[in-house]
Amino acid sequence: MTSLLSGPDRRDGMESLRSQTSRLGARPTGDDDLMAALERSDLRGRGGAGFPVATKWGSVASAQDSRRSVVVNGAEGEPLSYKDRLLMETRPHLVLDGAALAAEAVGAAAVILYVGDAHSTSRSALQRALLERPTRERRRTRLVTAPARYIAGEETAAVHFVNDGVALPTTTPPRPYQSGIGGHPTLVQNVETLAHVAMIARFGDGWFRALGTGSPGSVLLTLSGSVGAAGVIEVAGGTTIATALERAGGLTASPQAVLLGGYFGQWVEATAALSMPLDGVTLRAAGFTLGCGVLAVLPDKGCGVLETARILSYLADESARQCGPCVFGLRAIAEAVARISGGIAEPDDLERARRWAGQLRGRGACHHPDGAVALLASALRVFEDEFEVHLNLRRCDRGTRLRRAA
Amino acid sequence: MSSHLDIDRIRCDGRGMCAELLPEMIELDDWGYPIIGAGEVPDPMLSLARAAVASCPVMALSLSQRQGPLARQPQLTAVSQPRHNQLSAPRTKLRK
Repeated sequence: MTSLLSGPDRRDGMESLRSQTSRLGARPTGDDDLMAALERSDLRGRGGAGFPVATKWGSVASAQDSRRSVVVNGAEGEPLSYKDRLLMETRPHLVLDGAALAAEAVGAAAVILYVGDAHSTSRSALQRALLERPTRERRRTRLVTAPARYIAGEETAAVHFVNDGVALPTTTPPRPYQSGIGGHPTLVQNVETLAHVAMIARFGDGWFRALGTGSPGSVLLTLSGSVGAAGVIEVAGGTTIATALERAGGLTASPQAVLLGGYFGQWVEATAALSMPLDGVTLRAAGFTLGCGVLAVLPDKGCGVLETARILSYLADESARQCGPCVFGLRAIAEAVARISGGIAEPDDLERARRWAGQLRGRGACHHPDGAVALLASALRVFEDEFEVHLNLRRCDRGTRLRRAA
Repeated sequence: MSSHLDIDRIRCDGRGMCAELLPEMIELDDWGYPIIGAGEVPDPMLSLARAAVASCPVMALSLSQRQGPLARQPQLTAVSQPRHNQLSAPRTKLRK
């Protein structure tokens, strides 16, 4: 099953507009019919938060202020994710189609392609693709290079950077749909989401829904860790994790746990993970998140405590350093978990980390600390015995690192 | 409609005045930053809450009116009254 990644081999790089048009047909217009189709499609944002797309578009389209903008969010800061970059590098015209459809549907006069500084191949593919677009589209589009920071992809940080050159989150409300670029209503949408829109506009919401099994559409995943072929795959919505792992070359070691959703996701015990459907709505109902579609397999001989300590330390480093609870609380949690992982824990490190984590939720301007404590909570559940071994015996008999995707 | 205490987390410097004035609703974490429960202010506490808002040296604390459970969802949050103490202030604080 492929939708976004159908067509020429991805190793051939960027697909030209001519090739895409002969394969998929010309781009339709972004009108009320598209809005209705998006509503019926139940497409959710693929940047991580999973917010319903039709609701977001409706909020921008119905704003009093008519000086609206669209921001195409291609700042893929999640270290374990590569799917947005793959899409920009190989199917830039699907992304640009989605952006044009969004601009027409919400009545936006400007489109900003916000792409990470580290994603140079993505930027050059989009730039070359733009040259093939109609003049009207080129004139209203500009490319903005996002700083290479995890937090730069957060939607208020994206707007803040375009407005003031500061890629840090701002206090909400207002959210970008209320006050975004230049203080006007702005739609910020992830690149994968927009590519799905380009397909729905052509083939309809019925087609999109039928792609999935139990969940509409398809999903891009980035797989890493103990799988045969780390990288990006596209699966039908609702596919089980076991099937997705098979598609990525199968397991190369006995699995211990799966990191689902990336650094803002959660650890899931391997046996439970294998039967889980990759469907944001079902997962959320069970208390999990698909996040940005990351699946990283920790092998039996890997250390979940160590990996969690590394992730928390990274997230503490990547704090925007604006809100006290995140600056001090997240740092303290990361250091406590690092001591536990290193076998040098102080007696109450685990208890304090739990307490701080419980206090941190909802106390940042953005959700950076919330994601970090959710990850920790899952680690404490899944690696409960391992934490005990590290605390009491002060040793770890594992210690294999997760392998990153490309 | 109910009154809610909101903290602008970017502005908040952890001075702790709010917890001094309103210990019934606000406690401080290990670094002196406020923890507010649900944030909903019962009517008898309103005047104290207003005093806490007024006393915040960095104007990070505010009272807003919200209605219904929908108002809690981040994408749909509607602040029906302007944040009176933040009308002209920049949205991020200057940092060294």
